[in-house]
Amino acid sequence: MSETGKFATTNILVVGTGGQGVMTATEILAEAAIALGHDVKKTEVAGMAQRGGVVSSHLRFGEKVLSPQISPGSADVLLGFEAAETMRWRHMLRPKGLVLMNIGRLVPPVVDLGLYDYPTDPVAELHAVGTHVVAFDASTIAIELGDIRLGNTVMLGAISDHLPFPAAILESCILKRFASKKKELVELNRLAFAAGRQAAELAEAAEFAAEQAQMAQTNAAA
Amino acid sequence: MTAAVKIPKRPAEAASRLLMSGNDAVARAVWEAGVRVAAAYPGTPSTEILENVATYPDIYTEWSVNEKVSLEVAFGAAMAGSRSFCAMKHVGMNVASDALMTMTLTGVAGGLVIAIADDVGLSSSQNEQDSRFWGRFAHVPLLEPADSQEAHHFTLAAFELSEQFQVPVILRLTTRICHVKGLVTVGERRERAVDGFTKDVSRWVMLPATVSRRLPLMFEREKRLRAEAEISSLNVIEDGEDRRIGFVTSGPAYMHVRECFPEAPVFKLGFSYPLPIERLRQFAETCDQVVVVEEVEGLVENEIKAQGITVIGKAILPVSGELSPQVLKPAIARLLGESPPELTPTAPMKVFPRPPTMCVACPHLGVYYTLSRLRNVTISGDIGCYTLGYGHPWNALDAVISMGASMGMALGLDKGRSDAEKDKKVVAVIGDSTFLHMGMQGLLDIVYNRGNVTVLLLDNRAVGMTGGQDNPASGRNIHGEEAPRVDFARLVKALGVREERVHEVDAYQLPVLWKTLRTETAIPEPSVIITNQPCVLIKDYHPLKPYTVIDQKCTGCGNCIDVGCPAIHVSRREMVKKPSGREVELAFVRIESAACTGCGLCLQPCAPDAIVPVDTLSMPIKIVRKSAESTTQST
Repeated sequence: MSETGKFATTNILVVGTGGQGVMTATEILAEAAIALGHDVKKTEVAGMAQRGGVVSSHLRFGEKVLSPQISPGSADVLLGFEAAETMRWRHMLRPKGLVLMNIGRLVPPVVDLGLYDYPTDPVAELHAVGTHVVAFDASTIAIELGDIRLGNTVMLGAISDHLPFPAAILESCILKRFASKKKELVELNRLAFAAGRQAAELAEAAEFAAEQAQMAQTNAAA
Repeated sequence: MTAAVKIPKRPAEAASRLLMSGNDAVARAVWEAGVRVAAAYPGTPSTEILENVATYPDIYTEWSVNEKVSLEVAFGAAMAGSRSFCAMKHVGMNVASDALMTMTLTGVAGGLVIAIADDVGLSSSQNEQDSRFWGRFAHVPLLEPADSQEAHHFTLAAFELSEQFQVPVILRLTTRICHVKGLVTVGERRERAVDGFTKDVSRWVMLPATVSRRLPLMFEREKRLRAEAEISSLNVIEDGEDRRIGFVTSGPAYMHVRECFPEAPVFKLGFSYPLPIERLRQFAETCDQVVVVEEVEGLVENEIKAQGITVIGKAILPVSGELSPQVLKPAIARLLGESPPELTPTAPMKVFPRPPTMCVACPHLGVYYTLSRLRNVTISGDIGCYTLGYGHPWNALDAVISMGASMGMALGLDKGRSDAEKDKKVVAVIGDSTFLHMGMQGLLDIVYNRGNVTVLLLDNRAVGMTGGQDNPASGRNIHGEEAPRVDFARLVKALGVREERVHEVDAYQLPVLWKTLRTETAIPEPSVIITNQPCVLIKDYHPLKPYTVIDQKCTGCGNCIDVGCPAIHVSRREMVKKPSGREVELAFVRIESAACTGCGLCLQPCAPDAIVPVDTLSMPIKIVRKSAESTTQST
């Protein structure tokens, strides 16, 4: 919520790499928020980030939004399109905030050149710093549906049950974009949205079960 | 991105509430203001303004060859009585300022608004200069919107002001205005009658006799503008109950101040030059102390202090970067003697950097691979995607400062070389659009002064870094319509480069690139090597069949990785002991065939022929791209 508490503002941070559709996904989230009468601000820094670099897109909505930027430690939801990128922006999350992430990896040339290592297990590392993580393989889901570019619709499906408005609003905002195009595209996106929604639901159930098990273990130890 | 011919869209209905970036909003207001001529050179974060203006009907729009020309075009239209508009990034005004500094003397007939977009926070620029200085330097008014709605409103206000005072008006934007989307209520276009050009040499021909009469008028105009700023509704005082600190602020910093300190009194500067000093003085009297929150330099702070008003600013706030809540809150807390709020509950996690890279199959890859193998060379670089050649794996670019500077710097490196570097080669690398923007003159200087420089002119027919905009090298105008295309070989020959020293080569032919570059750097006179493959992001580029790696054949030498294509990935690493006893790490690769577009660069340094087209896996043969032109032969 808002840093001042004066306005109830929802902060969603969408992150990934150039070319993944991060900015488009955030734009669709913004449209959904507008459809419900919210004031909206959306910001990112494009420019050089388009060249396969880091992309982070800030979305803030509520009664009245002032600063377009989400401050570190105040994002309600972190939507990560790529595993390591999700780690990169973890500090932006508010305490008890939610991470929804694709476990798919995009390995940059600096790693292939042997200059840096890709984290071995990003989800485990996020857990280790006490993050509530809902992780799923959006890249594979998209490829199985026939096109990696469906990845952003899968991600939007995943976040759809974690917004202060119904999933159907977001879905209609996505499908509206393809209305003027091929009918198959509308159908594919509908499937991608549903698949993302289900993947997040399953992952969340698994995360909940794991947390319960750990709590039970801790209690038993005590 | 450049696609098909752009047909003007039907503008959204007036009173629509739209999600617009600051750039979208300025473009819409330009159309509503009845502007007839708009010109710009692309540059982050301003590029989308003109891209957007070009989609509206009834406006002549152009990509100019540089910012100075764009401003002169807009000024010409304003002399003719039309409303006109010009947009540029901050460094663009350095180029255009020669024109600005004199058009402030003539003034304008039709309204002229110049949008200057400062890259505060350095998303894609070579410096972070503060364009608000231009208002002071040129004695012209300057407006600073704080969000998209204001970007729209202030653009319209700027045209009114421009005509009321017959002066060019600067609209100062920053990245956080240009690229932030917010809701904007839009209006109608208003056509204006155009009076036409009125011959008046005392006004339009600036030479000492006429200037001496115009100078007093300029200073007198500035006085009237100062009075106007005092009463302008673009400057707003917002009262607040917590009077411990009053804030003077402008642009996006206003939003951050409002967010962090909702109870504080705020003087929001919209019309920020000339400063409304008397209103500021009255404001200061109502607060315990005043903090000036301005991006980037302490300009307003110093001007207020010079009037004997006590304020604080850069003593507690940074002189570079954005003044976002995470910067403001701790600084103000310290000033009030409070403990700074805990903003980051957890430290950032450690992750590898992900710098921007060149694209898959980018025609610059082969050039930089070749340059990285050239020894005893200093490489003078320029502004564009090819600036990325400074980084891994190429490390083949040694200096970059400003548009077109690769030429002059190279000549200076040549003439100023030490005795020890007498055999060192000097290479300059420049793109097509940058060469046309400011590089041509530098090359002429190299030729005229008999410099020993090898110029690599990377013609990819687009302004690549800003998203593939058209330019005179693309053969298309801003609407995607056919336009005369510059002939670089003839152009550089006309500048005096000898015919034998001009080569057009295929950027995907490594052996040819290597041979040409080695030969030309050995000859002590100016030569120009023009590469001729299009940017992969524009429609001139045609993808070919993708390649893959035969795992059993890959020896792990890693040569292909040095090309730097992001579609090549290491699948496994292995340490082996060479017969010499030296341990080396082998890197076996795979190609992401879904991303590969078959440029064929990576297979050229592959000794075991392990890289083959995806669909010919059964018969691995080395396919070499057919070159468009005969390559080694001079043209």
